Amino acid sequence: MALLTIKNLSVGYDGQAVVSDLNFVVNAGDYLCIVGENGSGKTTLMKTLLGLREPLSGQIIPGDGLKRNEIGYLPQQTIVQRDFPASVREIVMSGFQGRTGLRPFYNREEKRLAEENMRRMGIEAHADQCYRELSGGQQQRVLLARALCATRKILLLDEPVSGLDPKVTNEMYSLIQSLNMDGITIIMISHDLTAAVRFASHILHIGQSIFFGTRDEYFYSDMGNKWMTSDSQPLTPNT
Amino acid sequence: MIEKLSLYFQYPFVRYALIVGILIALCSSLLGVTLVLKRFSFIGDGLSHVAFGAMAIAAVFNLTNEMLIVLPITVISAILLLRTGQNTKIKGDSAIAMISVGSMALGYLIMNIFSTSSNLSGDVCSTLFGSTSILTLTEREVVLCAVLSALVVLIFILFYNKIFAVTFDEAFAKATGTPADRYNLLIAVITAVIIVLAMNLVGSLLISALVIFPALSAMRLFGSFKGVTICSAVISVICAALGIIISILAGTPVGSTIVAVDIVAFALCFIIGKVTGATKE
Repeated sequence: MALLTIKNLSVGYDGQAVVSDLNFVVNAGDYLCIVGENGSGKTTLMKTLLGLREPLSGQIIPGDGLKRNEIGYLPQQTIVQRDFPASVREIVMSGFQGRTGLRPFYNREEKRLAEENMRRMGIEAHADQCYRELSGGQQQRVLLARALCATRKILLLDEPVSGLDPKVTNEMYSLIQSLNMDGITIIMISHDLTAAVRFASHILHIGQSIFFGTRDEYFYSDMGNKWMTSDSQPLTPNT
Repeated sequence: MIEKLSLYFQYPFVRYALIVGILIALCSSLLGVTLVLKRFSFIGDGLSHVAFGAMAIAAVFNLTNEMLIVLPITVISAILLLRTGQNTKIKGDSAIAMISVGSMALGYLIMNIFSTSSNLSGDVCSTLFGSTSILTLTEREVVLCAVLSALVVLIFILFYNKIFAVTFDEAFAKATGTPADRYNLLIAVITAVIIVLAMNLVGSLLISALVIFPALSAMRLFGSFKGVTICSAVISVICAALGIIISILAGTPVGSTIVAVDIVAFALCFIIGKVTGATKE
């Protein structure tokens, strides 16, 4: 059974569809990259998948017992967060908020998991440090650790490497890959096609026309070819 | 000076003033951090004007307990402002400006037309700047104030983690299943209650200062949300107590004296923050 089944989905603003008639399936363990030009509706699609926006039409059907509060999300950073006085631990802990219901405080198990996730992301040394003092890459790790507190199943990432330098970008990608290998399903927005083709198992390309399929199918499709040849770096499959 | 103080503290209304002042200062500082960070400070400002208008209506009807009218009107306005201000930024801003200026004008108009008071400009001035009103509190008002303050503190503690989550990243909170809208509503309602409370202390024009200054001061010194919240509560309480005592000794208006002390505290925190480098910009 699929984790997410998307049927005839249209998303957009104020009744205006940006993307229409999307059909795709995300299975547990998949690594799906959503690519497309700026303004093609990638972020709108992700917000709709997350339930932050109502779909204009169509359905998003969760499967495998996936619940609303079992989804992890790595949003693009907002300006507010850049000068927010909060320690790393406080931010990571807030990942549990969707599950605590009306319980006012975090329990011991949640505290333990938060420590574990910080260790996993290699930021345990910064736990008591202020978020705004960290580098861009470290901040992304903090937000990733928070997302892991919210989920063990599926992680939605919106441009996780934007604004990071190449070295940190690579670290971020391998971190995400390691999470995928641990069994977490990944849905990632990227305009870095090179990385998309390198790491993803499936590609969803939205724009004038829509493509959904495995990485290899994309590679040999007209659409993939057109895009990738316009990219500066030549590519070969399975790099 | 000590003698003068102990003489004053023999009067119950002075003791009430100090108690209420400290309670209000404590409440107003708690949500300050959230309001500043959520860029909601303008809602507090708008609400204080609404409270002024409501106060005028209460004065016209000659109500013995103004809070019965001021509190519900302000809470409802808070909910309305939040609804309009949520999605479209510009529309929200102008909606707040409209409501606040409008209620200000209507309030003054109503007071002028229907007022039975002989000292109208004195009434208006004390509603705006809270000049002496805190020294004329009755025991019942003190009790009401104490109960509301306790309620605000309790709710804040119980929802502390949720308020943090919603303040830091509303999109994430919503996406992971937190009913963020409900908590935003809670924040707006508490803000309204605090503003109505604080109106007694500093008057409607100076309330924002009470909400914002301690939070901004604390943000110069601390890097964690908990640290900032606790520090801003402490700063706010100390400033209010100092302000009230100074105003008694020097015979200055209570509200503006407290705000003046808050400004000095902010300057101190700013310098300390710069010198120690507690917070990197």
